[in-house]
Amino acid sequence: MGKLTNFKRSLWVFHASGGSCNGCDIEIIAALTPRYDAERFGIKLVGSPRHADVLLVTGAIPRDFADKLKRIYEQMPDPKAVIVVGNCGTSGGLFYDSYNLVGPIDEIIPVDVYVPGCPPRPEAIIDAVVKAWLKLEKLEKELEGKKE
Amino acid sequence: MPKTAYYIPVGPIHPALKEPIRVEAEIEGEKVVKVDVKRGFAHRGIEYMGMKRNAIQTLYLSERICGICSISHPYAFVVAAEKALGIEAPPRAQYIRPIIAELERIHSHLLWLGVIAHEMGFDSLLFWIWKGREKVLDILELLTGNRINYSVFMIGGVRRDLKESHIKALKDMITYYWEFTEKMKEIMLSDPVYKARTRGVAQLSKELALKLNVVGPTARAAGLRMDIRQDMPYDAYADIDVRAVVPQDIVGEARGDAYDITMVRIYEIEQSLDIIEYCVDNLPEGKILAIPNYVALLAKIRRTKGEAIGAHEAPRGEVVHYLKFDGRDGPSVWKVIAPSYNNINSWAPLLLGAEVADIPIVVAYIDPCMCCNDRVALLKTPEGKVLGYEYIHKKAVEKTKRIEREVKK
Repeated sequence: MGKLTNFKRSLWVFHASGGSCNGCDIEIIAALTPRYDAERFGIKLVGSPRHADVLLVTGAIPRDFADKLKRIYEQMPDPKAVIVVGNCGTSGGLFYDSYNLVGPIDEIIPVDVYVPGCPPRPEAIIDAVVKAWLKLEKLEKELEGKKE
Repeated sequence: MPKTAYYIPVGPIHPALKEPIRVEAEIEGEKVVKVDVKRGFAHRGIEYMGMKRNAIQTLYLSERICGICSISHPYAFVVAAEKALGIEAPPRAQYIRPIIAELERIHSHLLWLGVIAHEMGFDSLLFWIWKGREKVLDILELLTGNRINYSVFMIGGVRRDLKESHIKALKDMITYYWEFTEKMKEIMLSDPVYKARTRGVAQLSKELALKLNVVGPTARAAGLRMDIRQDMPYDAYADIDVRAVVPQDIVGEARGDAYDITMVRIYEIEQSLDIIEYCVDNLPEGKILAIPNYVALLAKIRRTKGEAIGAHEAPRGEVVHYLKFDGRDGPSVWKVIAPSYNNINSWAPLLLGAEVADIPIVVAYIDPCMCCNDRVALLKTPEGKVLGYEYIHKKAVEKTKRIEREVKK
């Protein structure tokens, strides 16, 4: 993936679970535990969106939850990236005709990386985080350019 | 409100919660004096969607009610559907189903044991247990093709057969987990620190457990001998003498606290290993599907008129599915009862009087699963007016009539 020149810090991730079935959520935890061990790259789950570089959203979003997701996104500092994990968040998936879900996540907040799968494997989730890293590198460069 | 009282809102998004739910607590010093639990953030309307699809599609939709119990819901569904259709799965399928269901119980209980260690602040234990959990996920992947959401059940049987190589892998896994549970007993049950942190925390008495109608390991830890596999046996469980694991059989008395529930869950893993071993050793020969042709199966469902209830003992308690077939190729009525719906009732009485530091343990104690139990929770109009019972009932009747019309189309 080349060398990171601008974004020189560990990647901190905030995980928001909407109307997820828990399948993706446990795969995210599995990605952090010893078999896959994402923490060796400095990737870490944090407790507040204000500390996070990446927002990880799982599940389809119920009507009640959409405004809360927007608020989480707005609280995150720039540069930020959003990853959607799972089929139901990317397209509605199995729950396409539900009365209580408000469409794919990219209609609520801008999304950078999609991870399809029901649920995706932990390797796919780590790959998505690496892709988000490249995106953040680009955003950081633009931000630094603005400063000068 | 006196000066010493603080109001602490937790959720719907909170680092301690993996899923959206809201707990509002009032704190005086270190003591919780008032609790309110609000749920309904993860409602997806699955039953409504299921009533518009055909039965095979609904079976795999039921799998997505919960990703952790992704065999329990289909299991209750197929038991109900087979009762309503009057068919029976072939003996080989009846033995393969419990194997997969018990594998899921092992993975779910290991997941919980890791989570409770994390809530106590014992993160190295979480990582060690989750490392051990990967073994059972590998076996599930070998048997079914996926780590989660296995899609292996079918009305009247299973979709994948067990091969000779699978049986060898299962035997290896059983030896591995017998050693693993021994180590786990040493690290969790014999450890003075673990004992000090969990003894007397989240203590649920037998009377309160009966009153709150809790199910599964939560009820068994309080000393109630209840287990669907023992009380209403189905498939191969009828051949196996499954007995509810209760603390009084292990240590002589049941206190119903977080220590007892840890014990129940560790011993249930061993019980699952025994069940898997029995099923593998006594696996009958033969076919695995009663009606191998799915078109014929759907045609049979279309011809069937009838209703049935199916129950399965999920890792968290009993899952009950009610199905009614009425001239459609799918269920015309589908109702799901998930265990966490009952178990969450125990939060409020357990949190009252507890210390702030015990809140995560009380919340994790029942292994809550919001996605299983969230129902419609619209109780206010956009103007903020609270809706009364009569209004909601009227709306429910209207909706039922609307669904009836849609179904008839």
